[in-house]
Formats: sequence, structure tokens, C-alpha cells
Amino acid sequence: MAFEYEKYIRKGTLPHIWCPGCGHGIVMKSLLRAIDGLKLDKNDIAVVSGIGCASRLPGYLDMNTLHTTHGRALAFATGIRLANPKLKVIVVSGDGDAAAIGGNHLIHAARRNIEITLIVFNNSIYGMTGGQVAPTTPLGAIATTMPYGNIDPPFDLVKLVEGAGATFVARTTSYHTAQCEQLFKQAIMHKGFSVVDVIDACPVQYGRRNKPREAPDMMQIQKDNSIPVQLAQKKKPEELVGKIITGIFVKKELPSYTDTYYNTIIPRAQAK
Amino acid sequence: MEKKALLISGNESCVEGALYAGVQFYAGYPITPSSEIAEGLAKKLPKYGGVMIQMEDEIASMGAIIGASLTGKKSMTATSGPGFSLKQENLGFASFNEIPCVIVNVMRGGPSTGAPTGPSQGDVMQARWGTHGDHPIVALAPNSIPEIFTETVRAFNISEKYRIPVVLLLDEIISHMREKITFPEKGELEVIDRMKPTVPPDQYKPFDVSNSPLPLVPPMAAYGTGYRFHVTGLNHRTDGFPTNNGELIEKELHRIMGKLDLYKKDMFRTEAYMLEDAEIGIVAFGSSARAAKYAVNELRKQGIKAGMLRYITLWPFEGAAIEMLAQKVKFIVVPELNMGQLILEVERAAQGRTKVYGVNRVNIEIIHPHDIMEKVKELSHGI
Repeated sequence: MAFEYEKYIRKGTLPHIWCPGCGHGIVMKSLLRAIDGLKLDKNDIAVVSGIGCASRLPGYLDMNTLHTTHGRALAFATGIRLANPKLKVIVVSGDGDAAAIGGNHLIHAARRNIEITLIVFNNSIYGMTGGQVAPTTPLGAIATTMPYGNIDPPFDLVKLVEGAGATFVARTTSYHTAQCEQLFKQAIMHKGFSVVDVIDACPVQYGRRNKPREAPDMMQIQKDNSIPVQLAQKKKPEELVGKIITGIFVKKELPSYTDTYYNTIIPRAQAK
Repeated sequence: MEKKALLISGNESCVEGALYAGVQFYAGYPITPSSEIAEGLAKKLPKYGGVMIQMEDEIASMGAIIGASLTGKKSMTATSGPGFSLKQENLGFASFNEIPCVIVNVMRGGPSTGAPTGPSQGDVMQARWGTHGDHPIVALAPNSIPEIFTETVRAFNISEKYRIPVVLLLDEIISHMREKITFPEKGELEVIDRMKPTVPPDQYKPFDVSNSPLPLVPPMAAYGTGYRFHVTGLNHRTDGFPTNNGELIEKELHRIMGKLDLYKKDMFRTEAYMLEDAEIGIVAFGSSARAAKYAVNELRKQGIKAGMLRYITLWPFEGAAIEMLAQKVKFIVVPELNMGQLILEVERAAQGRTKVYGVNRVNIEIIHPHDIMEKVKELSHGI
């Protein structure tokens, strides 16, 4: 039976704004499949975003949705989650939104281990504003603000959030739709701060100035260059150059913020 | 039994006022001279089941209170100049999306890092126009410890009732000084909660006012209550979704700004002191008004009929009282701890009917009654 996306999409909000060849729509589908698979109530999900192409996603979903300011989605989401612990809070973000302007909120949400799921639509470029260099753009790549080749080393988002304390960290690509869905499910059900770094393609703003140019070729690379983390661990660093390491990197149970606040701090304060 | 009077600071009074008003969520970042508000709520809010979180920065604090407010909780933050600057983008988001929240700005010497423990009233214009674009905002400026309590309650009430962020503009002097206060009993002051929608969820539009009992103010649903709605900082339609339709954009902006005009009377508060027979008008607010009141008393002892008009609500600014004052006094003096901000509004309202003079200091010292008296006497000689 075909999956009923209509159940989760707001009437009259499509077509979406994403360009032909963009992977965002595919990732959104995987997210809806994950939510459906978990049998979550739409009333109990808040989807929050900042600014950028990916940030338009919440508007399409028939849930509690919030399209905030650039980089600040996690801050707004923290308020939502802490004020109403009943809500599952999902933040969708671009790589620039999450790791450049929103970098401070990213590391602190990870440190706090607050019960929020962050999905990064990581296409290595600022798409909406026209192809400027992002904190994830590979060295040497051409961007409108790095016309002679990027000299800014990129972040490895997985390492960044792991170092900052996230308790569930995974990576996949927009090509791996089944893995996307599986990882989203686990991330949403994880108790603590969970991050899924989804390697995505922007043919219009990244592809046009770099190689390969076309969307199908970019997606082919996602397929060919991916290597599961278990296999990658057995390889030498030089063998992993240019590879996309996928799978679950971190999964651990540690006290989470909202839970601790309500179950430890409030009783402690009320006892005094 | 007589109620017990307490000796507390302005920041402590603000904490008590917020709790009286029913604050449920506080997010903040440490900054002098406002930190005691965060510390007080960190201690007290969880006792009431509320949440206090110290965020990673001022921007995040502002974001967090907006998120919390969207779940239906009364929310606030407190800061000072540099932090108030950082909050401006998200404050604009709250204003545009009509999200109730209270932002305390304990003014300190500026610009930039300025004087963290030095008094100032330099954020009058920033409180009104700090964030980009035309937007509605309210700013209240109490000048005593008991009034900080009542104005904090009123800040929440205005914000909840009209869905407008309210800035409580304190200053280092009144925040850190101590005065006697007797807390009002529960029920003694009105406490207002935001209007909830009465339509079923499938008919709810977050910015639709067509069936609202309060003109121009849309009822506000909360996340997680079955009302699934969208909120965006983009120009939006009454159903919350983005639009590029210029006509709709203009209509919505006029509506949200229109709330200030329509409800100005309810928001507006002044204190008139010895104005009835006044020949010289002093227009003041906050801590400078304390010096002004003293100056009025002293001048009267010396036979000079001065009177004071104190603005408790700074924004929206109501010029009618100035207009009347300007017709009957010889001149108006505006003492303020900045290089002349409120005076711009006073001049505008006076419309040239009388001369308006500033008494200003930016040397991180308070304005002394003597500063005002000297100015008044000097000007009186010339008449």
C-alpha cells in the first residue's frame, strides 16, 4: 500500500520551494515515514527550524510548527521542550544554520543533553542565499564567496556534536532513504539530544560550480562513497579520504535535561 | 493583623512581581546589573513548578522564552544594555508574531560595554526601535521598589492581554537600591491570562481577529493542545503561512501596530505631581523622576511653582498630557540620564508651544535634584 503522506502534509502548502534535484524533499519523506512508523500523535510533535532552504520544512507539516530566526531554532526548541515535556521536539536545520550562526546553540544543546532531535540537511553550501561558503564546504570547492577555492576547513558535524556531549549521533545520506527513516526513528525515541547528519545535495548552488554538476551524479556519489561506520573503523585514515561514513556513532544513556529538571530540581526546590 | 513590610531591592521586587503575575518560565544569561533577577527566579520558580534555565547566551534566552510562551506559559527574561542589544532580532520575532513575553532591561551606562555598574537611562529609544522594521512594543519605566512590583505585574498583563512583548525598563539605581514594600495579597492586583481560542482546532487561524472579543487581538492557542498552527518570522497571512501579497502584508502590519493606538489608554500610565498650578513643567521617568520630585518640593519652598509629569509608560508614548502642559507652563525641563532621548518625544508633543530644555548626565552619576533646580532657576531668570 502506498504511504499516505497527505496524513501529515498541510493542505495547500505544496508544492514546496525546493529546487529540482534537491534532496530535502526525500529526507522529509523519510521523516514522515519515521513519525508514522512510531505512531506518534501529530498534536504531540513540535517541528522547529531556523532560516534557509531546509527551514521551510515545518510549514508543510500538519503539526505544531515554528519557523524562527537564523541559527536559533535550538534555542526556541529548548524553550518549547522545557515548558512542555509532553512534546517530541524535532529541529530541522541546514548546515550553515546549525553549525555556523547556530553553532553556539548546537554545542550547548548537546552539552545539556536536552530531549531534542536535530536533523541537519547537510548540503555543504548556503543554498537559499546563492551558493556562499558554508562551515561544511570541502576544502578547495568553489563557492560564490570562495571563488578561488575554499580555504576554510569544514566541520565534521558528527565529531563536533559528539565532542559537545550529544548522546545519539548518526549520519546518513539523502540517497539512503531506508537508513534515514531508521535513524530518524531511533533519534526521535532517544532520551537526550540526538543528531542525524544527513548528507544532501544542492545541484543548483553547489553542483553548478563544482564536480559533479548534476543531481543524479551527486546522488550517485552519496551511494558510492558511503561506508558504514563499522567498516570504516577497520580502515586507515588515508583510505577514508572523500568517504561518507554512515551509521550510528554514539548511542548512550545519560541523564537528560528536562527529565532531570522536572524529576530532580523541582522536587528538591519544593522540599526546601 | 498588619501586613509585614520588607526591605528589598528593585531586582528582588521584580522577581516577586513576576511570581505574583504567574510567571512560569524564565530564561536568561548573567549580566550586571540584572543578575539578581535570574538568581531570584532560579531559587523560587521551581518551588512553583516553573522553569528557570540559564541559556548559553542572550540570543538563546530570548528564543527560549518565545518557545515557552508558544506552549502557553507566561515567560520572561532579564538583561542589561549589551544583552538587550543581542536580544533584538528575536524580540522582533516575538513582536511580529504577537508572542506574549516580558523583557526586563536594567539599563546601565553605555554605549557598548560601557559602565556595568553605572547608572544610565540610555536605552529609551532602543526599547522602542531596537529591532529592525516597524513593530509594536510596550515599555514601562517604574521608579520605586513598590512600583517595580506593580509594573512587573502590569507588564505581564499587557503582554498577555494584547499579545505584545513588554519591556520593563529599569535602571541600575532603582534595581539595586532598597526600599520598603508590602506585598499585595493574592487577588488584590488584577492578573490577566491570554485569550484562548474558542473555535475548534480545524478552524483556528493564529492571526485571525474576525471573531475575537478583543478587537485587533487574535486569541492564542498553545502548542500541544490539539491546535496545530504555524508561526514564522516571514510576512504571514492570518493563517500563519508566508505570503508575498503586499496588500495582506500591509494589512497585518497595520493591525499589529494598531493595537498600540487602540489600547493606548489602557497601557498608558503617568504620575502628575504638583501640576495643577505649575508654571514650570518637569517631565521625567525612572530614577531621574525621584530627583525631579525632590527638586519640585525644593523649588516650591523657594517660591518657584514647579510641577512634574512622570511617564510610567514610555512606549507607546502619549503626547496629549505634554500638549496640555505646554500650553500653560513657561518652559519644560526634561532630566534624563542620557544625552537627550525622551526629550525628543516631549518636543514633538509640545509642538513648539513652549521651550523644552534637557538636563543630562552621562558621567555615570545620578542626576541630582540640585542639577534640575539650577537649570530651572537659570531659565527662570531669563523670562
